[in-house]
Amino acid sequence: MHELSVCQGLMQQVEQVAAAHGATAVERIVLQIGGLSGVEPPLLERAFEIARAGTVASGAELEIRTGPVVVQCQECGGKSAVPANRLLCNYCGEWRVRVVEGEELLLLTVEMDM
Amino acid sequence: MCDTCGCTVTPANAHLVQAHGKLERTADGKASVEVLAGLLHENDHQAEHNREHFDRHGVLTLNLMSAPGSGKTSLLEATIEALGSEFSIAVIEGDLETENDADRIRARGVPAVQITTGQACHLDAHMVHDALHAMDLDGVDLLFIENVGNLVCPASFDLGHHVNVTLLSVTEGDDKPAKYPVMFRAADLVLLSKADFLDMIDDFDPDKAARHVRELANPAEVLTVSVRRPESLQAWFDWLRATLAARRAGAALTPRIQADGLASHSGS
Repeated sequence: MHELSVCQGLMQQVEQVAAAHGATAVERIVLQIGGLSGVEPPLLERAFEIARAGTVASGAELEIRTGPVVVQCQECGGKSAVPANRLLCNYCGEWRVRVVEGEELLLLTVEMDM
Repeated sequence: MCDTCGCTVTPANAHLVQAHGKLERTADGKASVEVLAGLLHENDHQAEHNREHFDRHGVLTLNLMSAPGSGKTSLLEATIEALGSEFSIAVIEGDLETENDADRIRARGVPAVQITTGQACHLDAHMVHDALHAMDLDGVDLLFIENVGNLVCPASFDLGHHVNVTLLSVTEGDDKPAKYPVMFRAADLVLLSKADFLDMIDDFDPDKAARHVRELANPAEVLTVSVRRPESLQAWFDWLRATLAARRAGAALTPRIQADGLASHSGS
């Protein structure tokens, strides 16, 4: 359950952003979490309920955007959406691929009252 | 395009986080600030400091990860036994409780600092930084950080180390890499440990385990080892010698996944 650690890091950043803009309350937080990030969105949502207590984001809504894992083949150049545990090119079966989507663990935006 | 390095924005996924200006107004008049920072920014920042500290001392730092009971401490004992006169070795041990593992290492005459994490299921860069205050790195060649036994959480935290070494004991099953893809994708070297048990079990195929690692697009070497068969450890020792030599020759080593992130970032 490292999602609580990740969430505490998130809250630090949100509080810094809120302080930098003189916000009175954070209303909404948007994240992008990829399938290879090692973070499970439902667990992060539950951790958020705990981590937000007593912060400037105590009433904030959390939106988590997810997307497919996409690899690009280093042999044929094809791009494939693939399962997280089978990163093979859909066109030629090659394993020498580069992950181009799916590793994201990003704070995208913070919406707040100012 | 983002505040931090090591983020995972690549040219291919940049459209997911495309900038439309730093500060916008939402439909109902709230202020919306675009941040685009990695959620592990604090940890990654500390990790970079740790890595600079290791680099200043010319130390090669290895993060040992595996499930509990895969033989990390036994591997360290055997490595100290074989290489203790060739290299100066130090160890940081991570466990939820007890000094037991650090005591085992100290009994071999090697300095060891125990981190007890309490309830935390992984080490992070700040814990390692604190441990470094209790450790003299002058003259040290190899620093092993034995992470908390766990195939999930430790993979997400850069400690500032140079390489990830992941153990998979043969009693765990050869499909472990497919079950824990984030962990095995991050491995710079995979050691199939407790290989002496291969004689007793018929459902672990080292080639199949290696195939599962390839299916994670990971070119890492996969070695079969047993601390009970010292000759099987030679390839591991050779890998350590070669990696330390590469490090000393100026190779900027960062763990596989973090290195990927940096490369893709500079290209964006």
